[in-house]
Amino acid sequence: MNLHPIIVNSISQSTGQVFSTMLGVEISPGESSIENSMPSANDGVVSFIGLAGAWAGTGSLSCSPVLACRICASMLMCEANAVNEEVLDTVAELTNMIIGSVKTDLEEHLGPLGLSIPTVVYGRNFRAKSAGSTEWIAVRFHWDEETLLVKLCLEPKDRAAHVLFHTQSAQSCALEV
Amino acid sequence: MESEVLVVDDSAAIRKILQRVLRQTGMAIRTIHEAGDGQEALAVLGAQKVDLVLSDINMPRMDGLQLLASIKASAQWRQIPVVMITTEGGETKVSEAVKLGAAGYVRKPFTADQIKEKLAGFLEPGLPL
Repeated sequence: MNLHPIIVNSISQSTGQVFSTMLGVEISPGESSIENSMPSANDGVVSFIGLAGAWAGTGSLSCSPVLACRICASMLMCEANAVNEEVLDTVAELTNMIIGSVKTDLEEHLGPLGLSIPTVVYGRNFRAKSAGSTEWIAVRFHWDEETLLVKLCLEPKDRAAHVLFHTQSAQSCALEV
Repeated sequence: MESEVLVVDDSAAIRKILQRVLRQTGMAIRTIHEAGDGQEALAVLGAQKVDLVLSDINMPRMDGLQLLASIKASAQWRQIPVVMITTEGGETKVSEAVKLGAAGYVRKPFTADQIKEKLAGFLEPGLPL
C-alpha cells in the first residue's frame, strides 16, 4: 500500500479544516515532499506528537516564532507578541488536532492507532531526528509570508523509534521545553 | 437556574476557547470551573456542586475515560452529564465513552454552534440581553 498520497491528502485536509474552524483562516497546502536526509538546524517552534499501534511514528509541526504568535492570537483572540507558555500551548493543541485528525484517517488503512501527549520545543539552532526513521512526508502551508511545515513519519512498529534532539556541534544552542 | 460547568482539558488554550464559546452560547451559566486533567477534575467535583462536565479524553495522569468511569461509579456524581471533547475521531474511544455513560461527544476542531447544540439539552437558556 502506498501511504504517501493518503498521508499528504490527509495532512492537507486536516490542517485546512483545523485552521478554518479554530482560527477562522483559510490556509491552502503548498508543495509536499519526502525528507530523507538529516534535517537542517531549526530556529523557531517545533512540536511533536507520537503515534503508536501496528504502525508507529511521529507527527510534527514547525513554524517561525512570528507565525506561532499569530496562530495563538487568532485561535485565542488575544494579543501574542512573544513566544510564551500560552503560545506554546496553542501550538501543542494545534498539533494534537491536526495529527489527531490524520490519525483518524489513517486508522481506516492501518488499524487502531494511539496518540501521545504533544511536546513543543522553542529555541535556536537545534535539530530534531526520529531515531530509526529516515523518511518524513512533509507538506508546507503558507500564511502570507510565513510557512507552516506539517510532517509525519510512520513505519511498521518494529522499525519505529522515538524522536531525539541533536544540537549542532561547536555552536550555541538554546532549547526551551 | 444558572449552572456550574466544569471544563477539563490539559490544554490551557482549549480551556480558554471553551470559556469564550460557552459564554457566547447565551446559556444560563454561573461559573465555568477548570481542571487540567482527571485528577484535578475530581478535586473540583469534591469541592463544589457541578451541573455539567465537558472533558477531553487524551490527557496525562488521569485521562477523560478514567474520569468518566470515576464519575459514573460515584453515587454522588453519577447523575452529572459528561460530554467528551476529543481529537479521537475513531469509533473505539467514542464507543468506549458511550459505554461508560458519556452524555455525548464533540470532535475537535469544533465550532461554537456545535458546542451549543450539544449542550442545549443540559443547560437552560440565559436571559436575553
